[in-house]
Order: sequence, then structure tokens, then C-alpha cells
Amino acid sequence: MPEIQNFTLNFGPQHPAAHGVLRLVLEMDGEVIQKADPHIGLLHRATEKLAESKPFNQTIGYMDRLDYVSMMCNEHGYVMAIEKLLGITPPLRAQYIRVLFDEITRILNHLMWLGAHGLDVGAMTMFLFCFREREDLMDCYEAVSGTRMHATYYRPGGVYRDLPETMPKYQPSKHRNESDLKRLNEDRSGSLLDFIESFTERFPGCVDEYETLLTDNRIWKQRTVNIGVVTPERAKQLGFSGPMLRGSGIAWDLRKKQPYEVYSELDFDIPVGATGDCYDRYLVRVEEMRQSNHIVKQCVDWLRANPGPVVLDDRKLSPPSRIEMKDDMESLIHHFKLFTEGYCVPEGESYAAVEHPKGEFGVYLVSDGANKPYRVKVRAPGFAHLSAMNEMVEGHMLADVVAVIGTQDIVFGEIDR
Amino acid sequence: MTALIDLLDRLIGVIGLPEFLHYVVLTSIKIVLVLVPLIIAVAYFTYAERKIIGYIQNRLGPNRVGWYGLLQPFADTLKMLLKEIVVPSNASPFLFFLAPLLSLMAAFAVWAVVPFSENFVIADIDAGLLYVLALTSMGVYGVIIAGWASNSKYAFLGAMRSAAQIVAYEIAMGFALVGVLMAGGSLNLSAIVLAQEGTSVLGWFVWPLFPLFMVYFISGLAETNRAPFDVAEGESEIVAGFHVEYSGIAFGLFFLAEYANMILITALTVIFFFGGWMSPFAGIPGLDGTFIGQSSFFWMAIKMAFFMFCFLWARATFPRYRYDQIMRLGWKVFLPVTIVWIAVEGVMVAAQIGPWAA
Repeated sequence: MPEIQNFTLNFGPQHPAAHGVLRLVLEMDGEVIQKADPHIGLLHRATEKLAESKPFNQTIGYMDRLDYVSMMCNEHGYVMAIEKLLGITPPLRAQYIRVLFDEITRILNHLMWLGAHGLDVGAMTMFLFCFREREDLMDCYEAVSGTRMHATYYRPGGVYRDLPETMPKYQPSKHRNESDLKRLNEDRSGSLLDFIESFTERFPGCVDEYETLLTDNRIWKQRTVNIGVVTPERAKQLGFSGPMLRGSGIAWDLRKKQPYEVYSELDFDIPVGATGDCYDRYLVRVEEMRQSNHIVKQCVDWLRANPGPVVLDDRKLSPPSRIEMKDDMESLIHHFKLFTEGYCVPEGESYAAVEHPKGEFGVYLVSDGANKPYRVKVRAPGFAHLSAMNEMVEGHMLADVVAVIGTQDIVFGEIDR
Repeated sequence: MTALIDLLDRLIGVIGLPEFLHYVVLTSIKIVLVLVPLIIAVAYFTYAERKIIGYIQNRLGPNRVGWYGLLQPFADTLKMLLKEIVVPSNASPFLFFLAPLLSLMAAFAVWAVVPFSENFVIADIDAGLLYVLALTSMGVYGVIIAGWASNSKYAFLGAMRSAAQIVAYEIAMGFALVGVLMAGGSLNLSAIVLAQEGTSVLGWFVWPLFPLFMVYFISGLAETNRAPFDVAEGESEIVAGFHVEYSGIAFGLFFLAEYANMILITALTVIFFFGGWMSPFAGIPGLDGTFIGQSSFFWMAIKMAFFMFCFLWARATFPRYRYDQIMRLGWKVFLPVTIVWIAVEGVMVAAQIGPWAA
């Protein structure tokens, strides 16, 4: 008789639950996981190295592509690091716009997570329900920046432009009749702020809908309660942040602990879990969506009442308007300098972190005084979470690996960078 | 339906074949009469699945091929027929091809004893119920052999899961059917339906046997590997489970077998618990003489359609169970429930309570 051996299963990178390009080498005793060995690097794009070879502003677009489901939050971390070195503060309106879009991004990310997590555990309807709301938020991105995903909207010293007065509309097509078109465009007839406001009004109802399907569902609870438990001490040791840390019961949120932009003036709560299992993290993220919605509402009200500049009026940093540029020599020179050489950042180093939907997203920037960074290091929250994979799934069954991948909310763009 | 069979019987009689051949020809025609509509039903069941789940999920479902996408099932079939069947290099080719055939054979053969109306059944045998149980258990061999012959770890895991699951649920299902047997007093499926013939819907077995009906229907979901019990193929865990290595029409046969089995489970549910082809409006004055009040295949089709919808509804609503939780549900919940209810039913029969009142 040959000796009884463990079973090695190559889980991914081509796997429906691998969330992109995760490769897990699982050592299993039957269905029970003995060891999980995550392999990374399949989506490595050398973002940090690329940043060293271009002017500061040209890297903002690369930041979108790190965690490609929460784009503007990545930009925010990078832009804040530059602002710290330059020693500037964006105008108040720009700060509100940034907070508005950070929270929209948080909802975007959590919707994506909820849908994918549901799909992994087998509740496929969740996925499409979530995408229905995501679609509206994507339209906000499109309205403000022109693209649905890779916005490149934040700039050192503010944001690229003010909120638009019109929303992009659905066009007639042979597959959509007149009344459908009218219904779809009804919300889009006003300004972007009107659209966001109507979204914030209906969104809590949508979250209720998701919760009806999952929160008290016995199968959902059986699949998530006591799966992938992380104790508070261990969560800290592993370097967890964001909902992964709060799910374990530690109320750590950079928006509260080291407020940046205008978070200190806004009213919101930090949900925390009790046991640190997948179910608690689910509840934390769902509550975060409600809180984000509340923040968005406050920002909309403030932005309506307070028009003003959205970027610093410093021509060494932000370009002049097209009209100015066309008839003023000085402006033309500024424009040319900014788009060819960029701006120089004083010598020094800085670290700026934002409360990204997935955790603490930090950018460490070293400048030697040139027009490009000497070194950029990105602190991606997902990397620390993925490192805990083995610990979280050991002794669980194969189906739980999928639930744990889901609950970690992994996106390979930021892990592999 | 009866008239059609009679006509065929006479037509074949004109040729003047010997009695044995006459029987063979007539039965073959009956088989074609059952199988061709069955295959078409499977095709449109897949279409209905995509449409219904689509609407549940705020989508449109197929709507490009043909009017409202009605030709989509045929386009899919054509696609599968034209695709290459890839045999993995370390697979066992004989078993690899045997598996889908075995699944399909079992799924089709059961229909022989299913009565569609009072007079239309291919084989009106007395051991019908046992035959059904025997053949539905056969289907699992297709799954296990497929998982084994593919020589793939994912397929192997799927096969192991499927084997364990089907053993667990066959038992609960078998016990549920013991209750039906006690109530119907026969193993013949037509006789079981006729035993439910009464003055109204109250004669249906679903009322006295409600717990058994629930167990039977849920076991049916598990038996056909449908969500939320689809661990054998569990897309997000083991990719496609036992048929991960199959492509083209070899995969298509598994698909056909799975859907034929689903339709079978709905047909059996209707026969065992919902009075088969009986009209739910029987016994209501004024409707008795009309089409609505009369028993016909139409009513059976309506009831089956409702249960097929329930299959899809469950799929769109629930997350997937974990493998050990399925086992626990089968052994620790369903089995005791059926045993208890059989005892209760025994007492009811002995004491002549409810439908057994003399």
C-alpha cells in the first residue's frame, strides 16, 4: 500500500473565484485545507518604477490602475503625498469634492465586493443587483472626468475641474424603446449634484434589498459565520487595516483617527465587528455603505451652498484655462511648461495615507527636487490581507477558501502593482 | 392522446405484422412521441431559465437570436455540435465517453414509466416506483465515471462530492416515497395518481404528506445537482466539477441529462403529491363538464411548469451550501423528518384518521 498523501490543488490563476490572477497552491486532506500558499506577481506592471520616469502629474493615471475598483481613492493617496511635499492645501470646495468622490468610490468598491463575494458563495443574483447601482456611480465618474473607470481627476492642489451642470444621457438605440429611454434619462436631466442626490435617496432602499437576500439567509450565515476568524491581536500583528481590521473589533479608521481633507467636519460612524469572521466583515462593509451614503449627502448639501474655486490659483502648479491660454502670452508659457516639464517638488520625503475602501492606502514619496519622483512606494492594504490567507483558511474546507478570498476583498492591481 | 395511439394501433394493424413486431413498432412510436417533446422541452427549459433568471436579476436574457431570442436553444445546440470534443491526454477514453452516455441513458429511460395522462404511458409496470428509484441512482454513475475518467483534480473532487451527496439524498428521497407508497397503496405510478382521485384537490397527497413533499422536492434539487445544492459543479469552487474536462456535445449530453432529470423530478412531484393529470378545479359545480374541470395532460404540464419555475427561483435566490452542510442537512434533518412522518402516517392509517377514514 502506498502511503496516504495529501492532495495538491492548483487553484488559479485561471479560476472563476481567483479575483483576477490569484494563484493558490492548496495542500488538502480530502476537502480540508492543510496549507494555502498564495503566489503573486502575475499582474505586476512596475507602477512604482514607471513613476520614477515621468513628471509627477503623469503618474496620477497609473494610480487609477492599481486598485481598479476604487480608482479615485488611489489618486487621493498619491496626490496627498505630493501636496505634503509642496506644502499646499487645496481650496475647501476641492476638499469636499474629493471627499464626495472618495465616498462614492467606497460605495463602488463595496458594491463590487458584495457582488463578487455573493457570487463566490453562490448567490449570483447579488452580483447583478450590485451592478445596477454601480452603473449609476460609474456615470458620476463619467460626468466629472469623462471616463467611467480610470478617472485621473485629482490633482495636486485640487481637482481637475468643477462638477458639471449636465449629466451624460442614454442615447436612442434599436434595442431600447422610447419610454425606457425616458425613464433612464429622467434622473439625468439635472446637474451631477441632482443626480447624486437622487442616488443617495434611493440607495438605502437598495442596501435593504441586498440585506433581505443575505443578512438573515440561513445558507449565507452557515457559509460565513465563524469562517476565517481573525482575533483582534492577530489582526494588528498581521498589519490588517480597513474593514478587515474593523471586522475583528478594532475601531481604527484614518478618517477618524488622523482626519484628512474635511472628514473632521462630517458626521459619520465607524462600524466594528465582534468576532472577526466573514459574517462580521460582511456586516461592517454593508454598514459602511450606508455611512458613506450619509457622507455623500452631507457633501452634496455643502457643495450646493458653496461655489468657489476647485484648484489652487497657482500657475506654477495648475494650468490656466484654455481661453486664457489662447490670448495671454504668460499663460501660454505656463501651459507649455506644465505639460512638458511639469513642476518641481522640493527635496524631501513624505508619507500620505488615506482610508481606502480596502484599508490604509499609503504612498511614500521621495523627491530629489526634480520634476519626477526619486522613489514612490505604495502601501497596498490588500497585500497584508493576502499574506494572512494561509492562517485564515487552515483547517477550513475548499468552499471556505472561496469565501475567504471574497471577504478579503482582494484586487490584484494593488497587490502586484 | 388516446385517440392518436388508437389510430396508430389500427394503422400498424393494417400492415398485418406479427403480434410481437406490432408491439415493438407501436412502442417505438410511443418512445419517439415522448422523447422528441422531452428534448424540445429541455431546450426551452434552458431558454426559460435564462429568461426567468434574467428578469429576476434585472436583465433581459437572450433576445437576439430569433423573436425574443426563441431560437437561442437551437443556436446553442448547433454550437455544441460543431465544437471539438477535447479528450485530455491522460484520460481513459472509453470511460470518458461512456460517462455522458450513461447519464443520458438513465435520464431518458426513467420516462418509460411516467404516466402523462390516464391512458398514455410507455410501460405501465407495477414496479414503476422501484424502477424510478433504480434509474435515478444510475445517473450518479455517469457523474462518478466522468470525474474519474477525466483524470483531473477538480473533476475528481466534483465526483466525490456528487457521490456522497446522492447517497445521502437517495435515502431521504426513498423514505419520502415510502410515505407515498403507503398512501397510494401501489408501486404503479398510474395507480398512485388514481389513488388521489377524489371529489376535489383535497384528495391530493400533498396535504397529508406535506413534510414528505418538502423533503422530496428539496432532495430533488439535491439529486439533480441544482442550486443551492450544486456543489458537484460549484462554479466558484471547483470550476465546473465533474464535467470540467468535457467540451462540445459530450458536455451537451451532460447538460441534456441534467435538465431532463429536472423535468423528471417535477413530473414525479406532480404525480406523487399533486394528483398528476387531475384538474385542480374538479368537483367545483359548473366547471365539471368543461375543459377546466376535466383531467388532462394540460393540467400536468401546468403543474410541472410551476415546479420548474421553483427550481429556477431557488437558483436565483440562494447561496450555495458547503459540502459538509449538505451532508448534515440530508442525514440529520431530512432523514429523521421522513422517518417520523412515516410513523405518524402509519398511526393515521391504523387509526383511520384523515384521508384514511373508512
